[in-house]
Amino acid sequence: MLEKFTTIRGRAVPLRGEDIDTDRIIPARFMKVLTFEGLGKYLFYDERFDETGNPKPHPLNDPRYQGASILLVEAGFGSGSSREHAPQAIKRAGFRAIIGESFAEIFFGNATAIGLPCVTLAPEDLGVLFKAVEEKPDLEVEVDLVSKEVRFGGRTAPLFIPEETREALVEGLWDPIGELLQAGELLDEFDRHLPYPRRSE
Amino acid sequence: MGKTLYEKVWEAHEVRKLKSGQSQLFIDLHLLHEVTSPQAFGMLRDLGLKVRYPHRTFATVDHIVPTHDRTEPFQDPLAQSMLEALRQNTKEHGITFFDLGSGNQGIVHVIGPQLGLTQPGMTIACGDSHTSTHGAFGAVAFGIGTSQVRDVLATQTLAAQKLKVRRINIEGKLAPGVYAKDVILHIIRHLGVKGGLGYAYEYGGSTVEAMDMESRMTLCNMSIEGGARIGYVNPDETTFAYLEGRPYSPKGAEWEEAKKRWRAFASDPDARYDDVVTFRAEEIPPTVTWGINPGQAIPVDGRIPLLEELSPEERPVAEEALAYMGLKPGQPIKGVPVQVAFIGSCTNARLSDLREVARFLKGHKVKKGVRALVVPGSEWVAKKAEEEGIAEIFREAGFEWRNPGCSMCLAMNPDRLQGDELAASSSNRNYKGRMGSPRGRTVLMSPLMVAAAAVAGEIADAREVFGIGR
Repeated sequence: MLEKFTTIRGRAVPLRGEDIDTDRIIPARFMKVLTFEGLGKYLFYDERFDETGNPKPHPLNDPRYQGASILLVEAGFGSGSSREHAPQAIKRAGFRAIIGESFAEIFFGNATAIGLPCVTLAPEDLGVLFKAVEEKPDLEVEVDLVSKEVRFGGRTAPLFIPEETREALVEGLWDPIGELLQAGELLDEFDRHLPYPRRSE
Repeated sequence: MGKTLYEKVWEAHEVRKLKSGQSQLFIDLHLLHEVTSPQAFGMLRDLGLKVRYPHRTFATVDHIVPTHDRTEPFQDPLAQSMLEALRQNTKEHGITFFDLGSGNQGIVHVIGPQLGLTQPGMTIACGDSHTSTHGAFGAVAFGIGTSQVRDVLATQTLAAQKLKVRRINIEGKLAPGVYAKDVILHIIRHLGVKGGLGYAYEYGGSTVEAMDMESRMTLCNMSIEGGARIGYVNPDETTFAYLEGRPYSPKGAEWEEAKKRWRAFASDPDARYDDVVTFRAEEIPPTVTWGINPGQAIPVDGRIPLLEELSPEERPVAEEALAYMGLKPGQPIKGVPVQVAFIGSCTNARLSDLREVARFLKGHKVKKGVRALVVPGSEWVAKKAEEEGIAEIFREAGFEWRNPGCSMCLAMNPDRLQGDELAASSSNRNYKGRMGSPRGRTVLMSPLMVAAAAVAGEIADAREVFGIGR
């Protein structure tokens, strides 16, 4: 039984910057792995550490945001490479949801498929949330996928997410493999009718 | 009301609706490489599942292969283990694997079309965002994550949501020295790196109709850099001529039948698009990037924008880009010194790319101090290039002629930038750290412009360096 995501509550880390690509989220050299285990420690590695491994100023290195479970981002987050390693690293670093202005599609799909909800807010609301979290790092933020709103510091902002994705997260259908398998013989019919590539003799 | 190719392909492959409201979409062709597949096979094992239709999946190794010395074991044990894992997984599940030395190894998006696996009207998926490349054939082709690789292996289907379609017309004749790479950089420059979110891009118009297949592949390849997960060109006689006689193309009586079927997938003349944008070919200059995303691009004879010329939303990323690149607002891009010249990647490492460069490069020399390398897209491309004398032209000019792979485009192998080196590159991404050094810098351009930069030792206009168009 998959987890049903209704509300996610926690502190948030504000990560500013537009069009943050998945190469930045996890540099390619950390993808020489056969499993996703342990990827959390490489999250934003080159932005967080210098070439000798010393920490640089970065929200994820800031002690005030340690233990946060919601990642706050701007527009175009997760662009570029389709590497699932990116949302895997975010999830394995302890994040349970991402709030942003917009997400690259492959990233969004990958995140959803591993149970890491990504929701968007209107730019004005997102701006207010960024400011609030920057001013008060221990502010509690609540992502409510049932009432479709984000709540923080006495404010409520409507959140946006495609209805199919929301449904999948709330009903615990976000990993589709079980349902895909149920198509059974219907799949064989498609395999027969779609001629190429041919079965090798 | 007519339909677009995207709608027709979708309808032909929609198995059923899922409870969430998404569609279950059948995938004709699934391509695998070593980086995004091992975890998927691990998941199959954990779930006790098998590969449902092994004949619909093909694998090769491209990202981690060393391009100078491919003797095994590789110096990098992690790279070796990824290759071994793919060998083992494909063997265990009965999947065709184009291994090193098979004659068919290469960048996954080069070998699919080259072998005739990529065909019009197909749905094609691969754990790689540049799967959009295959759209050049009128396929609906897109990148997926590893969990979805598992889904395709186990069921040959994916949970998917339908996109809108934007028709991008390019009309007219490209000027000499201007290529498909310039066209796509120009499009991204104008529509933005987020412009394609929610859309599949359909490229058409007289410029695209006149393009050969490999140019169309370059165009579709970088759809993802414009935010569009899918980019395609309607199949036509150029498409069929390219496919005829390839190893996996239909043969004999099947060939005529296939062409008939493929033709029917092309968008109807009265198809409805969610958006239409038109560009004039004559207005497209040789284009280069100056920043840290592919939308930050200018004509090669232009200047880097002043901050006040940019919209308020563009400014923060522009400032970040200028600081990272060590460039100044208002500065000409021409004349910026380059330390590395890279011709390769799934965008521009096909035979026609190398032929075109060789045609002009002959008799020129790479500037002293510039490290220049050519990484052909596949073993087949490399072999043909040797036979045609192209490889020798590159070597004589001072380029290193390497073995096929993704190489420096994402630097998962030993080919990488050092420190803050600046590379003129025919690849697709100029992201921070992309070419393997956290401070390394990338300037994207056409392969001929890379050759010009290699010869000049700085960003240069290929038309001037090689005397084109005068």
